[in-house]
Amino acid sequence: MTLATTNPDLRGQARRLLRRKQAQAFGLPLLVLAYLAYALFAFDIPGLLRSASPENGATLVRDIYSYKTHATRDNRSGAVTFAIEGERKGQYPEGQHPDWVAQSDGVTTITLRRGETVRYFPDHVEVALPDYGTIRATPGSGGVQATFPEGARPDWINASRNRVTINAPGGKITITRNRTEVFRYSLGWELFFFTLDSPYHGMGPAQLLSHALNGEAPQIWHDFWHNAMWRHADVAWALCETVMMAFLGTFGAALVALPLAFLAARNFTPLVLVRQFFRRLFDLCRGVDALIWTIVLARAFGPGPLTGALAILLTDTGSFGKLFSEALENVDGKQIEGIRSTGANPVQRYRFGVLPQVIPVLLSQVLYFFESNTRSATVIGAITGGGIGLLLTQAMITTKDWEEVTYYITLVILTVFAMDSLSGWLRRKLIKGAPAAP
Amino acid sequence: MTQDFPQSALLHADYMAMLRRKRLYSALMLALFVALMASGFVVVDERNAGGFWGGLHRLFDFPASVLSEAWEKRAALPGHIVEYFPTLLETVNIAAVSTLFGAILGTLLSMLATQGLAPWPRLIPLFRRIMDVMRAVPEIVIALILIFVLGGGPVPAMIAIAFHTVGALGKLFSEVNENASLKPVEGLTSVGASWGQRMVLGVMPQVAPNYLSYALIRFEINIRASAILGFVGAGGIGYELKNAISWGQGRFDAAAAIFLMLFLTIVAVDQLSGWLRDLLTHGRQRGIFA
Repeated sequence: MTLATTNPDLRGQARRLLRRKQAQAFGLPLLVLAYLAYALFAFDIPGLLRSASPENGATLVRDIYSYKTHATRDNRSGAVTFAIEGERKGQYPEGQHPDWVAQSDGVTTITLRRGETVRYFPDHVEVALPDYGTIRATPGSGGVQATFPEGARPDWINASRNRVTINAPGGKITITRNRTEVFRYSLGWELFFFTLDSPYHGMGPAQLLSHALNGEAPQIWHDFWHNAMWRHADVAWALCETVMMAFLGTFGAALVALPLAFLAARNFTPLVLVRQFFRRLFDLCRGVDALIWTIVLARAFGPGPLTGALAILLTDTGSFGKLFSEALENVDGKQIEGIRSTGANPVQRYRFGVLPQVIPVLLSQVLYFFESNTRSATVIGAITGGGIGLLLTQAMITTKDWEEVTYYITLVILTVFAMDSLSGWLRRKLIKGAPAAP
Repeated sequence: MTQDFPQSALLHADYMAMLRRKRLYSALMLALFVALMASGFVVVDERNAGGFWGGLHRLFDFPASVLSEAWEKRAALPGHIVEYFPTLLETVNIAAVSTLFGAILGTLLSMLATQGLAPWPRLIPLFRRIMDVMRAVPEIVIALILIFVLGGGPVPAMIAIAFHTVGALGKLFSEVNENASLKPVEGLTSVGASWGQRMVLGVMPQVAPNYLSYALIRFEINIRASAILGFVGAGGIGYELKNAISWGQGRFDAAAAIFLMLFLTIVAVDQLSGWLRDLLTHGRQRGIFA
C-alpha cells in the first residue's frame, strides 16, 4: 500500500518495462536475422554453391584414410613399374612388386579389391570385370583400339579414340597410347614407418622388436626417422620451431613489457606525459596487428622462425603492457610502505613490495598467452615461412598429399593440447591459490 | 636471546634452510629459463633467412619506403581508401558473422557441458573434449581445406573462424554458466518447462551480460584473424594487402592506405568494445526497473 502511495504509477511503469523487454526479446533476434540475410548476399553464397566442387571433397576424404598404388606399363618399352602414390620415393625396387600382382611369361596380372583383374599382355590389355565382362584394348600408333562386351556401356566407363578410362569399384584403370595405368586403393597411410628400400618394410611389431633386441635398434630408428616419404625428422623439427616461436615471442614480450608497464601505471609514474606516451606505444603495438608486423619484419630479417617470434613479441608487448600496467595499478600500497619503513631503496621496494604481489597474476596471463600463441605461431609460420605452418601450407597447396596434411593437423592439435596441459600444470605449480582464469 | 629459547634457534635454522632451498629452486628455474631463451634465440636466429643482428639496421627501411612513397602520392590516398573500403567491410563482415555463429553454437555447447544445466550429464566430458579440439585447430587449416573444396572467397574464412570461436567461446561461456544460480532453473522445472525453455528463460538472463562481453572480445580477435586469413587467400582486405605489397615497387601507396585502414579499424573496434564492456559491467545500477 505504502509503495503504491509513494509511487502511484508503479503498475504502469512495470507494464511499460515489460513491453520494452518484449520488444527487445523479439527485436534482437530479428536484427541478427536481418544481418545474416545481408551477409548471405554479401558473401555471395549462391555463387559459392555453384563453384564448390564435391569431387575435390571426395578426393580429400578418400586420401585421408587410403592411398593408391600405381601399376604403370610404359606401352613403348613394355616396362611395368609399381609406385605408391606414383611417387619416385614410393617406387618398388626393380624385380619387386606388391602381393596383389603376379608376373609370369611377360604377362602381368593385377587383382583389384572387388575381384576385377587386369592383365598386361605384351601387345594388349585385358580387363575382366565380374559384373560386366571382359574389355580388350590394344594401344597402338592410332590410339587405343578397344572392344567392349555386347550391350549398353555403364557410365563409369569412358572411351574415346585416344583414351579408355574405367572407374571400377575396386580401382581406376586408364589406357592411353603411351601407357596403361591401374590405381589400386588400399586402406591406411602408405609407408608411414618404413619406405620400400628399407629392409624393415612390411615387418610386424614382434619381428621388429626381435630385430631391435638383436642390436639393430639404431638402424631401425634411422630408417623410420629419415623416412623419405613422411620426413618424420623434419616434421618434428618444424613442430619444435613453432613451439620455439611461441615461447620466445611470449616470454620475450613479457620481459620487455614488465619494465615498460611500470612507466605506464598511474601509481608508479606520476608524470602524465610519460604515462600517456607508453600507453599509446602499447596501443600501437597491439593495433598494428601481428599480420602487419610479420610483413614489416620479414622485409628486414627475411623469412623464417625468427621473424615469426619477433612478430609475436611485438604484438604481445602491447597486450602485456596494457595488462601488466592494469595489474600494477591494483597493487596494495601498504606492503610497499612497509618495505620502505625498513629503509629499503627503490629497487628493493619494487623487488619485495611490488613483484610478489603481481607476479602470480602476470605469470598466469603470460602462460595463457603462450597457449594461444602456439596456435598463432602456426598461422604466422604459414605467412613468414617457418615451422609446421610452412609444411602445412606446402602440403595443402599441392592439393595431393592430404594424408600428410591430416598428419600435420593431428600433430598440431596434439602439440596445442600438450602446451595447454603444460601451462595448466605450471600455473597450478607456480601459483598456488591463484584465481583460475583472468 | 636465542640461548634462552633453544626451540627458537631450531626454528630459525629450519626457516633458513627452507629459505635457502627455495632460493636455490628459484635460481635453478631462472637459470633454466634463461638458458632456454638464449638457446632458443640462437637456434631460431640460425634458421632464419636473415640474421637478427644483420637485419636490425634494416628494420625501418620497409616502413620508411612505404611511408615516403605514400607521402609522394598522398593525393591518391583518399581514392585508395574508397577503393578498398568494400574489402574492409568484407573483413569486418567475416568477423561479425563468424562471431555470431560462434556465439550461438558456443552457447549451446557450453550449456551441454555445464554441470547442473546439461540434459545428459554423462556426456559432459565428451562435449568438453569437442570444445577443446575445436579450440586447438588453427583457423588457417580449416580455411585452406575449405578453399580447396569450396573455392576462394569469404565463406571458407568465415567457417574457419566460426569453428574456432565455438570452442573458445564455449569454454568461456561454460565458466560463466558455472556461476549462474540454479534456482530459476529449478523453478521453471517445477512448472514443467522444457530444457530449451529452462535455458532461455532461466539461465540466459543471468549470463547474457558476461556472454556479450566475451563475445565482444572475441569479435576484436576475429577481425585480426580474418585479416590474416585474407592474406592466405580467403578474401577481404588481407588479400588486397598481399597483392599490394607483392607487386613490388610502385604499389606501396595502396599498401599504406590498407595498413592505415586496418590499423584504424582494429583500434576503433577495440575502443568501442572496451566502452561497451565497461557499460555492461559497471553501468548496471540504474534503479529497480532499468
